[in-house]
This record gives sequence, C-alpha cells and structure tokens, in this order.
Amino acid sequence: MTALISARVALNREAFSLDVDINIPASGITVLFGPSGAGKTTLLRSIAGLERCSGKISVAGNVWQDATRFLPPHERALGYVFQESSLFEHLSVRGNLEYGYKRVAPENRIVDFDQAVKLLGLTKLLSRRATQLSAGERKRAAIARALLCSPTLLLMDEPLSSLDQLHRKELMPFLENLRDQLSIPIIYVSHSPDEVARLASHLLLIEHGKVLAAGPVNDILTRFDLPLAHDFDASAIIETQPGGYDSRFDLTPLDFDGGSLLVPGNIQSNDSSLRVRVLARDVSLTLERQSNTSILNILTARIVEISADNSAQMLIKLDANGTIMLARVTRKSATALGLQPGTHVFAQVKTVALLSA
Amino acid sequence: MLNPDDITALWITLRLASITTVILLLLGTPLAWWLAHTRSSFKPAVDAIVTLPLILPPTVLGFYLLLALGPKGPIGRLVEFAGGQPLAFTFSGLVIGSVVYSFPFVVKPLQDAFASIGRRPLEVAATLRASPADRFFTVVLPLARPGYLTAVVLGFAHTLGEFGVVLMIGGNIPGATQVLSISIYDHVEMLEYGQAHLLSAILLILSFLLLLSVYILNRRLHILRT
Repeated sequence: MTALISARVALNREAFSLDVDINIPASGITVLFGPSGAGKTTLLRSIAGLERCSGKISVAGNVWQDATRFLPPHERALGYVFQESSLFEHLSVRGNLEYGYKRVAPENRIVDFDQAVKLLGLTKLLSRRATQLSAGERKRAAIARALLCSPTLLLMDEPLSSLDQLHRKELMPFLENLRDQLSIPIIYVSHSPDEVARLASHLLLIEHGKVLAAGPVNDILTRFDLPLAHDFDASAIIETQPGGYDSRFDLTPLDFDGGSLLVPGNIQSNDSSLRVRVLARDVSLTLERQSNTSILNILTARIVEISADNSAQMLIKLDANGTIMLARVTRKSATALGLQPGTHVFAQVKTVALLSA
Repeated sequence: MLNPDDITALWITLRLASITTVILLLLGTPLAWWLAHTRSSFKPAVDAIVTLPLILPPTVLGFYLLLALGPKGPIGRLVEFAGGQPLAFTFSGLVIGSVVYSFPFVVKPLQDAFASIGRRPLEVAATLRASPADRFFTVVLPLARPGYLTAVVLGFAHTLGEFGVVLMIGGNIPGATQVLSISIYDHVEMLEYGQAHLLSAILLILSFLLLLSVYILNRRLHILRT
C-alpha cells in the first residue's frame, strides 16, 4: 500500500483526547470505524484544519501542518462532506456546485463539472433551490460540490447517517461509483457495519481517541483480537468476478482465488469486481465433501485459527487458497470433528450476500 | 405648508439618520460578529453595554456625551489635540450621539442573524477554498440579509425619532443641529399646532413605511428561500 496521507494528530479537550498516528492508502475508501464519541469526526476535522491539533499532517507530499506551519482549511486541497448536507440556502444547486469549482484554477481542476453532475445524478436538479431537494438529493449535491473543488483527498463524515433507510439505499450506488470511477482517495467516517461491508477497501478502527487497528478491510474483519470478528454479524468480504450465466437454473458463478460461489440471477459486471459478504454463521464445516446436500457452494479450505466465541460456539478462520473467511460452529461440533489449525475442511456456504449491484 | 426652517430640519434629520446608519453598520458588523461567536468571559459585560442605550433615559446618555464631547471631556480633548473643533453643539457631535443612541438597534439584529447562521456554512465555504473575506461576502452577507435589513431600518428609524440626546448635545441650532423631533417640540411650545401636526405626520408615516418595508421584504426573502 502506498501511503498518501500520513497524519499524526494529538488533541486534548476537557473530557476527550485524541492521539493517533495513521497512514492512509492513496486509493479506495478508508473507513474510520468506531462507536460514537470515539473521535472519528474530530480526527476528520483535524485533517481538514477545522480543528486545531498538534502533530503533522501531510497529503500526497504536501505538508498541511507540522510544528511550524498550519495551512488554513481553504488552502488545503481537500473536499469535505459534512454529516448534514449543509448546502448554501441562498444559492441554487448549480450555485452550490460552482462555489468550490470557481475557486479552483482551471489548470488544477481534475473533476469536470458535467462529469460530477452526471455521476451524482443532478442534471435535472441544477436550477432548483437547495430547500427544494429531498434529503438524498441534498446529500448528492453536497458530495458533488465537494468533488468539484478537485480534492486530492475527499473527507466524508457519516454521509448516510442523517438519511432514512430508503435514501440510504438510493445513495449507496453513487458512493460505489465514486470509489470505482474516480481516483480520489476517500476517508469515510461511519459506525455502520453495513457501510463498511459495502464501501470500505481499508478499515481503521478507532476507540477512545486511539487507533485500535488498521489494514485492508477483510484482514480487519477477520482478526480474532478485534471486536468485529466476534459480532453477531461477523463476516468476510470477498472480491469476485462473475463467470458465465447458467440460464437453465438461473445462476451465475462468482469466481475468486478460493473457488466459485453460485448466486441466483444473471449477474454482469462490466469493469469492476463484485463484492460479496459471507457471514460466519452461514458457513458450516465438514471433513468430507458432502454430495447429498442442497447446499451448492462448497469450498475447500484450511483452518488457520480457532477461538472460543462464547461458551457454546467457536469462531474459525479459514484460508481458501489465500482468501480468508470465517465460520462459526458449536464447540460440540468442533470437538466431534477434531478441528484444529491446519485441518483441511469443506466449507459449506449457505448464503452469499451480493453487496454491489 | 412647511416653512424653510422645517425643510432644513427635515433635511438634517434624514442626513443624520443616513450617516448614523452607515457608521453603525461599519462598527456594528465586527462587534455583532464577535458577540455572536465569542466564548470570552467579557461577552456578558459587552452585551450589557451594547444594550444599555435601549433602557437608559436619553437625557442621561446625552449628559454623559455632553461631558465627553465638550472641550474638557476625553473625546473633546482628543479632537482638539488632533486640531479639530469641539464637537458639542455641532452636526458631528450629533452623529456621535446618534451612533451611541441607536447602537443596540443595529447590533442586536446583526448579532441574532450571525448567531442563527452558525459556524457550519462558514466551515463549508472554507473547505470549498473560500478565504475568510471571501466567506464573509459570499456566505455571511447573503445569509444575514434579513438581519441587515432589520438593522438598517431600525437604526435609521430610531435615529429619526431621537429627541433627548439631540437636545442635550446638539442644542437646537436651526440650520445646523435642529432636527425634526425638536422642531415639533418648538412648534408645540409656540402653539403652532398646524405645523406640529404636519411634521408629526411626516415622521409617523415615514417610520410606518420603513417598518412596513422591512416586514414585506423579510417575508419575501423567506418565501424566496422555501
């Protein structure tokens, strides 16, 4: 991973302190994940220069802050999407989008006006007033506005949290497009495991103002020493490529290094890979390949690590030809099958959730 | 109809109110901004001082101003030191008195407007590459427009109706410091009720129209935005 952003940030408030030293890769979405009050937003604001902190922040070789200098926010080449959309109410949607766009010299623009408008589906809304938009439309306008100042780094503070379920669903594909079509790295604050599963390429866990762990999303999701692997919804994320559609049974195989997973429907992907999520509780293990079973998706894997999840259940980390997955089985079964690190098993996957559409 | 002295008084009144309003906007904006955003422990004291002219009898205000502006007062000495004429009983003195007298009527609406805008739109503008001055003119001013409208009209109208302070520090010099409200007083004293009626009606209608325009414009701004 090439580090684009390195930030060492320390800040002390009455009831709160933040002390982190992070490196964030130059591409994809890095999700800052943690409970409310962990310091995610404060960290984001510190990177933007909206909060005074001590430390050093450099982005793509430019020092934004160190012991001797402090670039004010308007001199940092960033885009910021606030939790509330915060559109300027005295301007039209177009006026909002042009606000940052006009303030960037033409030779420094990397995002085209029409491109951003199209990417976020705002073509028909440009002449509207900010107050005439739905919550989801407002959020899209705020994202486009931030993109149009051609940032080297896009900061997003829980962009979905102020939206209802319906608008969240509506906005998700736009965020995925952002990740897949633009080469702008994004730092994305969230406390929703769903958003992590769908959007994160990297994950940075924050708690009590400190970094708990950082790394590629699937590494962090499947680490036994971290809380996510012990969540009820503990899961693994697998990037796959769709294979040839089987029209007879209406199934499409999704291929990856560790094998292939069949999912219903005719799934196509023109350019990017398809992301699937496999929940630990949907994976069962056998020592021999079952032939008389209704379960279609059976992968061969090797046990890497075993840990007690609670008094009745064990959490098992599997390596399917390089792809790490989780399985949750009862302690009784684990004992009966004699499961140990190194054991070769067949992982029966009951359900596969397709994350990108 | 209006006699020449009354026309002069009307002219002086309008000129006084206009100049006072402009000065108040220039002084009031930074102060209102500071009051709306500061966390300083001086804020309550400054708030109280700014609001003081609202409740103080104009004669008290006028008395202190007279002392301050006179040849032995601090402001008077300063002016004299700078080579100027004493300010008491001059139009300039009236302007200073009016600025003090109408101060809260301009600062308070601006302060409320700035406070209701909050910090967020400014932070947004900062992340969109706008410098502090740029942010003020492209975000704060347009968003605070209803506040400015109220401030301008209240400051202007309140100065129009000024009486006690003017009497104390301006005297009643026709053609120099005699304003409308004092002309009315003089006419009544001399039992010239017709003239008093006319001038009073002018002030009444002018003030009403000014206030009406604020409410209409503010409503229109509000409708425009929603």
